Amino acid sequence: MRLMLALLYLLSIAGLGAAEEQTMVIGYIGQQRKPALPLGPLDEAVADDGLQGARLGIADDDSTGRFLGQKFRLEERILAPAEAPADAVRQFADAGIAFVIADLDAGQLLQASAAPGAERMTLLNSRAPDDALRQQNCRRNVLHTIPSRAMLADGLAQYLVWKRWRRWFLLVGPHPQDQAMAAAFRRAAARFGAEITTDQPWTFRPANGRADTGHVTLQTEIPAVTQVSDYDVLVVADEADEFGAYLEGRTALPRIVAGTQGLVATGWSAVSEEWGATQLQDRFHRQAGRWMLPSDYAAWLAVRSIGEAATRLHSLDTAAIGKYIRGDAFLLAGFKGQGLTFRAWDGQMRQPILIAGPRLLISSSPQPGFLHQRTPLDTLGIDLEESTCKF
Amino acid sequence: MQVLMALLLAAFALAVPAAAETIYVSNEQDNTVAVVDGATMTLLATIDVGRRPRGLALSTDNKMLFVAEGDDNRIDVVDVTKRQLVGQLPSGADPEFFAVHPDGKRLFVANENDNLVSVVDIAAAKVIGTVDVGVEPEGMAASADGRYVACTSETTSMVHLIDAGTLELVDNLLVDTRPRATLFSPDGKQLWVSSEIRGTVTVFDTATHAQTGKIEFAVPGIRREGVQAVGMEMSRDGATAYVALGPANRVAEVDVKTLAVRRLYLVGQRPWHVALSADQRRLVSANGNSGDISFIDLENQEVVKSLPVGRGPWGVVIGP
Repeated sequence: MRLMLALLYLLSIAGLGAAEEQTMVIGYIGQQRKPALPLGPLDEAVADDGLQGARLGIADDDSTGRFLGQKFRLEERILAPAEAPADAVRQFADAGIAFVIADLDAGQLLQASAAPGAERMTLLNSRAPDDALRQQNCRRNVLHTIPSRAMLADGLAQYLVWKRWRRWFLLVGPHPQDQAMAAAFRRAAARFGAEITTDQPWTFRPANGRADTGHVTLQTEIPAVTQVSDYDVLVVADEADEFGAYLEGRTALPRIVAGTQGLVATGWSAVSEEWGATQLQDRFHRQAGRWMLPSDYAAWLAVRSIGEAATRLHSLDTAAIGKYIRGDAFLLAGFKGQGLTFRAWDGQMRQPILIAGPRLLISSSPQPGFLHQRTPLDTLGIDLEESTCKF
Repeated sequence: MQVLMALLLAAFALAVPAAAETIYVSNEQDNTVAVVDGATMTLLATIDVGRRPRGLALSTDNKMLFVAEGDDNRIDVVDVTKRQLVGQLPSGADPEFFAVHPDGKRLFVANENDNLVSVVDIAAAKVIGTVDVGVEPEGMAASADGRYVACTSETTSMVHLIDAGTLELVDNLLVDTRPRATLFSPDGKQLWVSSEIRGTVTVFDTATHAQTGKIEFAVPGIRREGVQAVGMEMSRDGATAYVALGPANRVAEVDVKTLAVRRLYLVGQRPWHVALSADQRRLVSANGNSGDISFIDLENQEVVKSLPVGRGPWGVVIGP
C-alpha cells in the first residue's frame, strides 16, 4: 500500500513537471583573451564581452517565454588559453544542448564545428568576422551573427562613395587580421567604384601615446607616415586597435580617418539609439555596467534568434527551431530599422552596418541608391552569385 | 443691433465648422508641441514641453492635453486654452505612449524601459498601480466601454489584454514582429495591432481572442522591408481604418469589413501617427523625417497640404 502511494506520488510529480514550463538550455563557449592594451584613458578594460550579450539575450527570451511557458538558460564555458573546444562541445552534446553560442576565434570555431557531437548542433558564430568562414571554410552546422569583414568594408565603402570620397589611402596594420580587413577594403573599393590611391603597411612599432609627452613623438611620426599623394579619406585596417586612433588630427593632409578607427564600420556601437536601440542599450548597461560591444550584440542576436523561433513555433523542439531559423518565415527585430534574416547560401545573418562616430551615429548602410534584386541588405558582404560556400 | 451681430457671428461660425478644430503635434526632437489651426492649416503656437515628447492625448473634457516626456519620466499637462504647461503627472520611467481611460480619471502609460504599464490617477497625480508586461511596452489603447486596456510589447511581440478594473492580465496574444500601435474598434469587438518590422496589422476578435485577419501592405516600388506599419486610427462608424506605413512614406486606407487596402496616400517622410478630424473628413499624419504634417482630404482622396511643424513630429491629436 505504501509503495503504491509512493508510486502514485511520483507519478503525480512527473505529471506536474510535464504541465509546467519547459526549459531550453543554450550553450556558450567563450575563450580567455589577453585584454587589449587600453589606448586612451577613457577606454574601458572589458573581460566579459560577448558573454554579457548572450546573458541579456536569455533575459529577453525569458521575458517572452514566461507568457508561453518557455524558460531559457545559458550554460557557460570559457576555454583557457590554448584549450581545444572539443571537450566543451562533447559535454554540451552529452547534455543534449543543440544550440551553442560560439564566441570563438576562427581557428577555434572550425575545431568546435568538427568536434564529435557538433554534427548534432548549430553553432552560432558571434565573434569571428573571417570571410573564409563564409566561403571555403563554411560549415553546415554554423550560422554567423557577427558581420563578416566583407560586410563591414562594403558598409563603409557605400557611405564613402555616397559622400563622393572615392580616393582612399589604405593603411594596413601588421597582423593577419589587418591583412584580411585590408583585403575586404580592396574588394569593396573595386565593387563600389572607389580607388585606392595609396596602399601601404604601418611599419612602426605600436607607440605608447600615453607616456608623458607621448603626443610629441606622435606629432612628428604620423605626418611622416601619412605623407602620400593626395587622397580623400584615410582608410585604416587596425583591428587590434594599436595605432589607428593615433592618426586622427595628425595626418599630413587634413583628411578624415575611417575603417577600424575614426568613422567605424561595425555591427553595433554604443552610440546607436535609433530604431528603439535606447532600450536595448539601457537594459544592457544596467545588466553589465558598461556599454554594449559588437560581440555582445552578435551574441545577443544569436540567443534572440533561438528565442524568436521558439516564440513563433510555440515549441522548444530543437529540430524545428533549427529549421525555422534557416527558413523564409524567420525575421528578427534587431534595433537596426529592419528585420534580420539568415542567408541560405552561407549562414550569415543579413544586417545593416552602422557607421559610427566617437560620440554619435553617423550613418547606417546600405546607403540609398545601392540597389539589389533581392534585398538591399545583400549589397553588403558575399552575395549568392559570389559565394563559394558548399555545405 | 447687438442681437443681429450675435446672430451674424453665429451664422459665420456655422459656415466654417473646421474653424473649431485644433491639431496638436509632439515634436520628438524639438521638445515642443506644435499647435495648428485646422481651418487655415497654419501654425498657431509652439509650446515648450519636457524632453522627448512622443505620445499625447486630450483629456475626456478636451480641456487638457497630456504629453508623455520619455526622457523626463513624466507626463506634462498643457492647458489648451492658455496654451501653456500647467502641471505634471508621474508616469513611471520612460513613458512612450499612453491611453486616457474613458472614465476620464486614469491614464494607462507604457513604461518602455521597465516592462511595465503604470496606471496614473490624474486628479491625485499619483501612480496607483502597475502591470507587468513584456519587453518594451509601446502601444496603448482602452476599449470604449472601459473594461479593457491593451498594450503591445515590442521585443516580446505580444499584445497584452489588461482588465482595467482589477489590473490583471487577461490574455497575452502573440503578434507579428515588433508591434507598435493597438486600437479597439469603436464597438469594442475587434482589436487591431500593427507590426513595424513585419509590416502587417493583425486583427483579433475581442470576445474569443482569436485572430480573425491579417492585413499586408504592398507599396509599388518599395521593397517589403521598407513597408512598416506603425500608428493607426479608425473612423467613428468603424468602417474605415488608417495605418501609417513609416519609411514607405504612405498612409493606407483600409476597409474594416473586408480588410482590403482601398488606397495609399503619399505623405511626408516616415509618418508615425495619424489622427482623424471630428467630422471624419480629414486625416492628419505626423511625419518624423520630413518635419511636417500632411493634411489628407478624405472626401476628395488627396493630400492637400504639408505644413512644417518642427523636428521629429511623432504624435498627433485633433481637438476642438
